[in-house]
Amino acid sequence: MSAVTLLPYADFLGIQVHGERDGAPLLVMPFSEGLLNLQGSLHGGAVSGLLEIAAIAAIDATLEDREQARAIFKPITVTVDFMRPGVPADVYACGEVVRVGGRIANVAVTAWQGDPERIIAAARMNLAIGAPGGQ
Amino acid sequence: MAPGFDPLELLKSAKGGHIVALGLRHVAHGDDWCEFALDYDRRLVSDATSGILASGPIVSLMDTAAGFAVWTRRGTFAPQATLDLRLDYLRPSHVGEAVIGRAECYRITRRIAFVRGVAHDGDPSDPVAHLAGTFMLLGDPA
Repeated sequence: MSAVTLLPYADFLGIQVHGERDGAPLLVMPFSEGLLNLQGSLHGGAVSGLLEIAAIAAIDATLEDREQARAIFKPITVTVDFMRPGVPADVYACGEVVRVGGRIANVAVTAWQGDPERIIAAARMNLAIGAPGGQ
Repeated sequence: MAPGFDPLELLKSAKGGHIVALGLRHVAHGDDWCEFALDYDRRLVSDATSGILASGPIVSLMDTAAGFAVWTRRGTFAPQATLDLRLDYLRPSHVGEAVIGRAECYRITRRIAFVRGVAHDGDPSDPVAHLAGTFMLLGDPA
């Protein structure tokens, strides 16, 4: 999955593609000490980062021209609900594209650890899809 | 200043973790607000071509500033959890510029703290993003 491997920030978080789930890329963020907050659980920002990458990967998977699409997903609104603290363990995430239009994509993303039914965080993201180099 | 909580003391104890990994810097704080900075880092971009920072590090910056704002308001480092965080991105941050995140805890109840904030890259009147968040307070109610 090119969209994920090309994102420096995904690499920074150690995120990898772990397969597919309902047609969208399933991502994993392996646990590391660098993901923790000061209270010993996963930092909300790190989990949000994974959700963002999963959202981009999900949109990218729906587009036909990957090269054109890969560089230019700009978040407009990001809303994250945190259901339970992330424990020191791997985190999985998968996005579901609600709608992808010519300019805007709406994606719902969830993250979990172990049991996919026990969601730790869910996000709704609206992203702008632009041409490379454009605004 | 509420007694009992010093962000700098708490940060001194942070030997690792996400705040250190991102290189978040404490800038300033008051009795119900806190400001952190995220230095520009090529490893944090969402697109190597444009060099624009991903939104994730900015969420981390704002979540951190917001959490500290709640602790300054509570006057203590008590357990709390982010319940909901919303960021509206008004524009991409400028390539190469540090992003400053300022969050204020403007309302607190026994169990919930409400936070708002702004991220900018030098000019507070030209923000990069707006934050609205809520935190659940897990310790004994004050």
